[in-house]
Amino acid sequence: MTTQAISITRIAKVGSYFDWRSWVFWLIMAVWSIPLLWLMSMSVRYNEDILSVFEIIPSRISFRAYAEFFNDPLWYGALINSLSYTTMNMVLSVAVALPAAYAFSRFTFSGDKHLFFWLLTNRMAPAAVFLLPFFQMYQALGLFDTNYAVALAHMLFNVPLAVWILEGFMSGVPRQLDEMAEIDGYSFGRFFITVFIPMIRAGIGVTAFFAFMFSWVELLIARTLTGPNAMPLAVQMATTSSATGLDWALLSAAGVIAIIPGVIVIWFVRNYIAKGFALGRV
Amino acid sequence: MNLKKKNNRAWFLVLPVVVVVAFTAIIPLMTVANYSVQDIFSPTNRLYMGLDFFRQIATDPAIIAAFQRNLVFSTQILAIEIPLGIIIAKLMPRHGWKAAAALVIVAIPLIIPWNVVGTTWRVLARPDVGLLGVAINQFREFDIGNTPADAWFTMVLMDVWHWTPLVALLVYAGLRAIPDAYYQAASIDGASAMSVFRFVELPKLRRVLMIALLLRFMDSFMIYAEPYILTGGGPGTSTEVMSILLVVIAVIQFDLGKAAAFSLIYFLVIQIFSFIFFTVLTLDERPGATKKRNRTAESARDDVARAIGGSR
Repeated sequence: MTTQAISITRIAKVGSYFDWRSWVFWLIMAVWSIPLLWLMSMSVRYNEDILSVFEIIPSRISFRAYAEFFNDPLWYGALINSLSYTTMNMVLSVAVALPAAYAFSRFTFSGDKHLFFWLLTNRMAPAAVFLLPFFQMYQALGLFDTNYAVALAHMLFNVPLAVWILEGFMSGVPRQLDEMAEIDGYSFGRFFITVFIPMIRAGIGVTAFFAFMFSWVELLIARTLTGPNAMPLAVQMATTSSATGLDWALLSAAGVIAIIPGVIVIWFVRNYIAKGFALGRV
Repeated sequence: MNLKKKNNRAWFLVLPVVVVVAFTAIIPLMTVANYSVQDIFSPTNRLYMGLDFFRQIATDPAIIAAFQRNLVFSTQILAIEIPLGIIIAKLMPRHGWKAAAALVIVAIPLIIPWNVVGTTWRVLARPDVGLLGVAINQFREFDIGNTPADAWFTMVLMDVWHWTPLVALLVYAGLRAIPDAYYQAASIDGASAMSVFRFVELPKLRRVLMIALLLRFMDSFMIYAEPYILTGGGPGTSTEVMSILLVVIAVIQFDLGKAAAFSLIYFLVIQIFSFIFFTVLTLDERPGATKKRNRTAESARDDVARAIGGSR
């Protein structure tokens, strides 16, 4: 009893100290955001300034690059392409991974451990390995240069990851829940959709975030599987150079715009990331 | 307690994943394997090469050098990012709007397209107009375009900036999963911050740290877009990692057989390393060790007391 009292006063005291942890954290974050701020500042500077004058705060600014981005169908079209294949990939990956993750978390079946590890090995495959076969395969299927091709190809690394994350979350839900639902006369499908999926929505949010993230940032496969019709933003950025050299301001503006969808997705899952991870083993 | 039902019908639930992975991984890999044993001059004119390409790859000095660079890079990355990620996660605010804001800010580098990361750092590291380059130039000569060490330094710094947030987020989630009872118990026993970390947090973080370690290892070993845009592998070959070399062989030299053999070896190396990590890190969880959940404060307290008592 006495020890408890002492420790409680100790805790109370700690709270009143100068909160150095918070200060250190925000200091680190300030340093961390420098490259990002640099990117933002480049996007509003003049091209001739970017590569000739060193200045921390731009002396003159213009939003020409942003105007150009949204007036050029090549650029905003690329943004739409990226968004569509990323969304498709996210939905497909989670949809396919849900039943599989459930199976891994609830049942043992022949070869389950091997299958689980083998799935993960696909996450370890360097994208460069698949370039050539992907190119030939999607061309043979007539999907080359479409958003479907990229969405399907990105499932290579997103499906295993989705299974992995979801399995962790599902293992955190007591199995008694399934049994009780069965006793109450729920069919498996009804149980899964109306009871189980809402239970693990945090896990689904986190999984969707990761699927979105890895698909959104990928360059090599997206570049290989698309031509002029379905060109993703990242590729449009990588190929943008003219006789006068790179348009750094436009490139930076595109970079800043490319960050926005991700920030929106993070904002939606922020509570899920915080609370959500706690449910699963992840 | 841990009685998973044995049920082979579960295969039906796994089937969609198997179909997808077969389509996106197995068929392409078989194509690669097929290429790796023959030299293709045209669709009708092929020469069976056996394991010749594999022999070429294994003895190619450029590839061996790139492999060593990959190893050094991954080691450095893990040695920096894992501890730094843990530190950041421990410093992150836990409650209120600050916690939400911190999560979003920490996660931002992760959702920046890889080529944007490369582009940003390319300008940032320029010795004449980039903040990093100019800053270092105040102290010593810094030239990313000509000095291999500077290019390497920038590449490591860029990756630390880009990927430490992933480690931090995973660890943060792991820390949040530790019930308050554990901390109360540790506090009652008068445990120092160090022993709380060592005996309470670290064991609980095992799982997320394994995931962080595996993900970071795999991805740093496969890194492509960032160094490619930052330096293109230069100056010379000083930042030429394996995937840059592989893309050169496959797409630019269009040496399909050699590229395929290289791909298979590359894939295998990553698998072997990951398997070793995975096995070592899960040694004491096997076979099918149960994880105890929903523990009471008392049992948690006992655990901590035992751990700390044991250390004295």
